[in-house]
Amino acid sequence: MRADDQVVPLGMLRPGETGIVVDLSGGRGFVARCLALGCTPGTRLRMERNVSRGPVIVLVRGTRLALGRGESMRLRVKRQEDEA
Amino acid sequence: MTVALAGAPNTGKSTVFNALTGLRQHVGNWPGKTVEKKTGTYQRNGHVFSFVDLPGSYSLSAHSLEEEIARDFLVRERPDLVVAIADASSLERSLYLVCELLEIGVPLVVALNMMDVAQNSGLEVDAEALEKALGVPVIAMVARSGQGISRLLETIEAIAEGEMRAPIPGPRLGAAMEELVARLDAMLPAELDVPYPRRWALVKLLEGDPPIRRTLESVVAAEVWERLESVLHQHEQAMLEIASGRYDWATEAYRRVVIRPRGERLSLGQRADRLLTHPLGGLVAFLAMVFGVYWLMFNVGAPVQGWLDDNMVARSANALENALQGWPNWSTSLLANGLIGGVGLVLTFIPILAILFLALAILEDVGYMARAAFVMDRFMHLIGLRGQSFLPLFLGWGCNVPAVMGSRIVQPRAARLTTILVAPLVPCAARMVVIALFTAAFFGGAAILVSWSMVMMNLAVLALAALLISRFIFRGQESSFVMEIPRYHVPNIRTVLLATGERVRRFAVLAGTVILIMSLAVWALSTFPSNDIEHSALGYIGRGLAPIGGLMGLDWRMMVALLTSFVAKEQTIATLGVILGTGERGDAALKASLGDIMVPAAAVSFIALQMLFVPCAASVAAIRQETRSWRWTGFAVGYMLAISFVVAIVIYQAARLFGLGV
Repeated sequence: MRADDQVVPLGMLRPGETGIVVDLSGGRGFVARCLALGCTPGTRLRMERNVSRGPVIVLVRGTRLALGRGESMRLRVKRQEDEA
Repeated sequence: MTVALAGAPNTGKSTVFNALTGLRQHVGNWPGKTVEKKTGTYQRNGHVFSFVDLPGSYSLSAHSLEEEIARDFLVRERPDLVVAIADASSLERSLYLVCELLEIGVPLVVALNMMDVAQNSGLEVDAEALEKALGVPVIAMVARSGQGISRLLETIEAIAEGEMRAPIPGPRLGAAMEELVARLDAMLPAELDVPYPRRWALVKLLEGDPPIRRTLESVVAAEVWERLESVLHQHEQAMLEIASGRYDWATEAYRRVVIRPRGERLSLGQRADRLLTHPLGGLVAFLAMVFGVYWLMFNVGAPVQGWLDDNMVARSANALENALQGWPNWSTSLLANGLIGGVGLVLTFIPILAILFLALAILEDVGYMARAAFVMDRFMHLIGLRGQSFLPLFLGWGCNVPAVMGSRIVQPRAARLTTILVAPLVPCAARMVVIALFTAAFFGGAAILVSWSMVMMNLAVLALAALLISRFIFRGQESSFVMEIPRYHVPNIRTVLLATGERVRRFAVLAGTVILIMSLAVWALSTFPSNDIEHSALGYIGRGLAPIGGLMGLDWRMMVALLTSFVAKEQTIATLGVILGTGERGDAALKASLGDIMVPAAAVSFIALQMLFVPCAASVAAIRQETRSWRWTGFAVGYMLAISFVVAIVIYQAARLFGLGV
């Protein structure tokens, strides 16, 4: 139902959806931390928990990361077609 | 031989460190920093190894205090060997740090910990294959059960005996980045006066590392720096590419050594997380857990404290008074009231604090803290703080001291300082005692409503203070919420007990030093020049404050009572008992006398004053210890003093203006 090349902020993914990191914006400290924790461009992320306005949990490289709502909007991802 | 332990948080680094050093360890702080530094020694076959536990960090860029300390130690102190603790269950991420360690060029051993966790989650990690892929010794471990510790020690010993391997060259970063590094290299003079490996410094420069930038800028000629800057400016994305390059390397190694025999399945931990990270369920679970901790504190800790207070403090004070009969009055009073009454009282809090610290250490070791922070983030966010700050602040309801000391878990520094600065604004149990007495004396049936409103007022002030401090004082200092949600672990008894013991020890040291001095000072002020509080120095100070008190409808006696609350908040009641001469006749007489010396509006103003007044001596000491700065300690005292006076004056004057309760 959606074009699979749609680029959206990470926080827009629904639980269970996956996306591939396109880019990161924000302060250097924030970007450096995301990178060190594995969110480099090209990495596949899976949204685990995302409830209105709260922080989100994503699965990245086999580990879980919590990101604040604002932070989750600073990572842009290419939304992937649901894995059948 | 110095051996440094490096590793990310939640990789079991402390457990490995404890297993290696046992009780031969020393806990202090890194020079001038509030980050804990643990060192320990181990002797074997004539070798003495001194282990240094580096702060947990995911990488070696200098974007957090922990990372900066870890890598400064590695590049400046040049340890003889670095043991990198890797988590086999999230190996790809662990290899990122290993990659950075290889780049820095230190002799390395990889301790591949949590092999059991990896296996349970369906991963088969081949330690030998990893050793081949990395070119450094790799030791498979389950540190929690001690598995692999002796092999690690044997390996370290073999290296000490001369089987030292030269550091292998760090991984390449991809053609484009290598070219860029070479280009920067050519721009710089052949000899550079920097305390870092040259190639490493250039890579860090491309990553925009602030300290490396400053160092290089100060050693190269201005025009060289300018050219360098313009190249860096063209490649602002280099940071992303370098990190990607490291992860490409890590992923390649990971694919060669990890087999996933089974598909993913829902682990027990994941099922627990369905509840524990749920916005509502998680909140309920969190509050239940806090309730449980409180229940233990008050049902187990408090009786022990009461017993200690009755049997140790009161008895030793009495015994001392008897034994010192014939000595000058002031010396008996100094020892019995000043020393035992002050410090003894604080020490009786140890059982309560020990329970609290134990509960915290267990929750931390299990991996629950990250979940609590996650659930609370949406609320804390509204007042300029992040999820991690909630737990310490919540503990402040019992006593502000653990709130201040618990702020250690908050990252980064700006958020930690904000948490410490507002922690004394949490209405603690001791203050609630005073409020209960005043509201009962003045408002009868409406007492609960008044108390509740005052607590709400107090929380509003706390929220506002947190917001203003984070917006204005730490303006621009990012406090982003990016946190690993670690796997759950069965807590390790040794790790938990060592952490609890260390925190209790710190509190006892605090009580024996700063709190001792402060209680003696208050004792001296209330005893000299006359033993009668009315004519003591404190009494005169109270009179001096009477004009300000007048603005709040309070006379000098109330100001004296307020001042003594510095020793402990509930001291207000004892002081009023003495000044109003109702001490022996109990609460009812005190309540009646209070009605004679002030109007209800003034009582409300006094409650506000008492709630917002400077932190008690123990909290001040804790703030000083945790911030390691008299400036911040002074700031905390000063801003609360100002707020308390302003709010109390506004309340009384507004009440007068509207003719309420006067």
